[in-house]
Amino acid sequence: MHKLRLLLGICLLGISCAQAAIDPGLLRPLAADDSDTRIAAILALVEAAPEEAQPVLQAMAGDSLAVAGERVVVLGAGGRVFDAASNRELTPPPAGIETIGINNRVRRELASALAALRLFSAEREVRWQAAQEVNQNVDAKMLPLLDRALAAEKDPKIRARLQLAHAQASLGSTDAAVRLAAVKTLGESSDPRVRQLLLPLTEKQGDTWVEADSAVRAAAGTSIRSIEQRLAWADNLGRAFTGLSLGSILLLAALGLAITYGVMGVINMAHGELLMVGAYSAWAMQSVFRAHLPGALDWYLLAAIPVGFLSAALVGVLMERIVIRHLYGRPLETLLATWGISLFLMQVARTLFGAQNVEVANPSWMAGGIELLPNLMLPWNRIIIVAFSIAVLVAMWAILNLSRLGMFVRAVTQNRPMAGCVGVPTGRVDTLAFGLGAGIAGLGGVALSQIANVGPDMGQGYIVDSFMVVVLGGVGQLAGAVWAALGLGVFTKFLEGWTGAVVAKIVVLVLIIVFIQKRPQGLFALKGRFVES
Amino acid sequence: MSSLPARTPFIVRLGQSFDARSWLLIGLFAAFALIAVPIMHLVLPADHPLHLSTWFITLVGKILCYAIVAVAMDLIWGYGGILSLGHGLFFALGGYGFGMYLMRQIGRDGSYQSDLPDFMVFLDWKELPWFWIGSDSFLWAVLLVLVVPALIAFVFGYFAFRSRIKGVYFSIITQALTYAAMLLFFRNETGFGGNNGFTDFKRILGYSITAPETRVVLFALSALALIGTLLLARYLVGSKFGRVLTAIRDSESRVMFIGYNPLWYKLFVWTLSAMLCAVAGALYVPQVGIINPSEMSVGNSIEIAIWVAVGGRGTLIGPVIGAFLVNLAKSWFTVSFPEYWLFFLGTLFIVATLYLPQGVVGLWARLRAGRRRGEGAAAGTTTAAAAKGAGA
Repeated sequence: MHKLRLLLGICLLGISCAQAAIDPGLLRPLAADDSDTRIAAILALVEAAPEEAQPVLQAMAGDSLAVAGERVVVLGAGGRVFDAASNRELTPPPAGIETIGINNRVRRELASALAALRLFSAEREVRWQAAQEVNQNVDAKMLPLLDRALAAEKDPKIRARLQLAHAQASLGSTDAAVRLAAVKTLGESSDPRVRQLLLPLTEKQGDTWVEADSAVRAAAGTSIRSIEQRLAWADNLGRAFTGLSLGSILLLAALGLAITYGVMGVINMAHGELLMVGAYSAWAMQSVFRAHLPGALDWYLLAAIPVGFLSAALVGVLMERIVIRHLYGRPLETLLATWGISLFLMQVARTLFGAQNVEVANPSWMAGGIELLPNLMLPWNRIIIVAFSIAVLVAMWAILNLSRLGMFVRAVTQNRPMAGCVGVPTGRVDTLAFGLGAGIAGLGGVALSQIANVGPDMGQGYIVDSFMVVVLGGVGQLAGAVWAALGLGVFTKFLEGWTGAVVAKIVVLVLIIVFIQKRPQGLFALKGRFVES
Repeated sequence: MSSLPARTPFIVRLGQSFDARSWLLIGLFAAFALIAVPIMHLVLPADHPLHLSTWFITLVGKILCYAIVAVAMDLIWGYGGILSLGHGLFFALGGYGFGMYLMRQIGRDGSYQSDLPDFMVFLDWKELPWFWIGSDSFLWAVLLVLVVPALIAFVFGYFAFRSRIKGVYFSIITQALTYAAMLLFFRNETGFGGNNGFTDFKRILGYSITAPETRVVLFALSALALIGTLLLARYLVGSKFGRVLTAIRDSESRVMFIGYNPLWYKLFVWTLSAMLCAVAGALYVPQVGIINPSEMSVGNSIEIAIWVAVGGRGTLIGPVIGAFLVNLAKSWFTVSFPEYWLFFLGTLFIVATLYLPQGVVGLWARLRAGRRRGEGAAAGTTTAAAAKGAGA
């Protein structure tokens, strides 16, 4: 009867039906005056009753554990009071309730004890989280608990984490053999924190070694070196990836230029503004989706791709029809006129959308990333942009090499009068090719809107870089632009590692200028025999 | 060559390079800048209708410097066929070279009362970097202004012209060079004041930089520099050197086949053009009172080209007219309709390249020729041929 009433009461309180009583003698030291006793009590509680200890410790961490005389109580919502040992509501509430205040040291211990308790959870995800948390903060006192968790754990990923935590905890052991084994296990980690942990073992404090046993010291040295190797590897891998991602951005910015300048020979200083048109299309689609399709907001980016392409292509076609077609064969004048167009477009954006940058949010499916190694995270938005630039590249290659338009474009580039003679409508081909280049710049702009600021001035930042890519790669073809963009991206990122971003950029620009002197035709030149182009 | 008996002295040839009417115009301009302006600014009371305000002196003084840059640009672009997008760099380098001297002239009157320029105190530097040594001497500053940009132009030009980089390629790499320099000067560690550059100048050669007398002297110096630049350019263009340069512009290969090496012709005019820009920059900084890395921005250098294009390239008076027209329009727009300035400038670029191949000078010549010959006559053929060559 007593037991039934207890169970019923607990269920009504909605805490936990499987609650059994805790020995009150274990609870009392939680309220002790000095922190050491309290910490010992926390660990003892976890050891003795792992299941039941959780609500009590949770209450303690939430500052709602209190003492009333000899009894430890939990303060509930609405001024209700429960007995911590039996979890029964006390009515009327006992007099003289005093909250157990905890300092930061105790709080830390509480957090790791709670994490340790979650190691026994039935859900894999919870255990994985807990194993990660235990790794952050572990000491020798938790060894028995970790032993028990290891014995119960089946999942290999979690086991590896637990073993690492176990080894970390064992470092504090008084037995040299245990420490040696621990140091060796830790050598398999690739976590920078473990390196920090091992470093003191190889150092001297005054005249005595921190680690007395020379075998453990030697093993620690080996372990540190192997961790460092892995860390350096991950660092370089990370740099290579950011370089690849920068390269793909450069490629997206330069691909359109590779058609307009590289293939058609039109120098288009408004190219950056075509990127801007694409980026603003992404912003516009985001606004449209937010207003009319809030449920599908995450997919605005997919709609922005065709819109960005078409709007930039439209601007490009207008530019070609109104201005550029009158200037074919006069590249320097084309340069100036397109610069004028770029100023014009910038001011149009400023008038329509304001001088401030507009905010374009990443869709939720682009958030987060893949964690390859503890110190190497590949963000999704970068991965997607790399993939997108590959897709654009393939599409462009296909258009130029497989479609009829592409064939015409190549024919007009190679020999305009001859192409005209065999019936290629050269004027229309020019317009369409320029529109295609502009549209691809628009696609680049849609991608850029995900990682860079979107504002009226955004295009200016890319114009020098884009031209560098095309000039470095060699005019007249795509392969050069691809290699130049990727090479520049990776090289810049590795250089940034030891010079800083601005100096790296300056060095790269100067190197390109020097390179052009040596090889004015760029990395890949079209083969042919002509004195002057 | 020196054995030729009929070699006229330099001064005579210089005199012959302008006709009487042009000399009269130059004389009038000199009289206006050196005599009329000082009287109208310093002597006439502020409420007199002919009084020239400080605003006017500064604005026109600034545009005079721009006009020097435009003539320098015209030498290399209009006559050499090489469009440089790096002239902003040389202009700014001249400004920085002279700005260093102006910064040292502040002495202990800066906000930190230190011997070092304020920005160095702010960066917690204890002594001047090596490249600031000697910057307290006026003569050293003048030397820096003349030598540093010329040296950079010479080295860059030597390699670029030797590799026969030309046309748009050359424009793009000069642009990259200027952009790299701008990034470099934006860094605080470079030692030129970072973002803010140099400002808060107090005196020049011991005279207060804001005094009306100093302003008038700087104005007169700018005017003299412009006249000097025009004379030099006129002389060069009329000489054999100028003929070869124009020939290189029109067909470099043919000039090479005849036996000239275009490298030295291009290199000379390129270096000279950079030096003229630097002198303009050095005159510009004390009048405007600030120099910062944005002078090296990509847009600024392209704007120089539009002054020349609007005025008329391949003529010498054209760039001066263009610099005045565009900059007066700019100062009017940015005060009255700031939001329309870029529309105007953008349209100007397009209209000038599409419809004014010879600029306003060419337009004037065409109108006059049209009036003389009547409608339908092939107007302005001589100038149009030059324009075609310049664009190639």
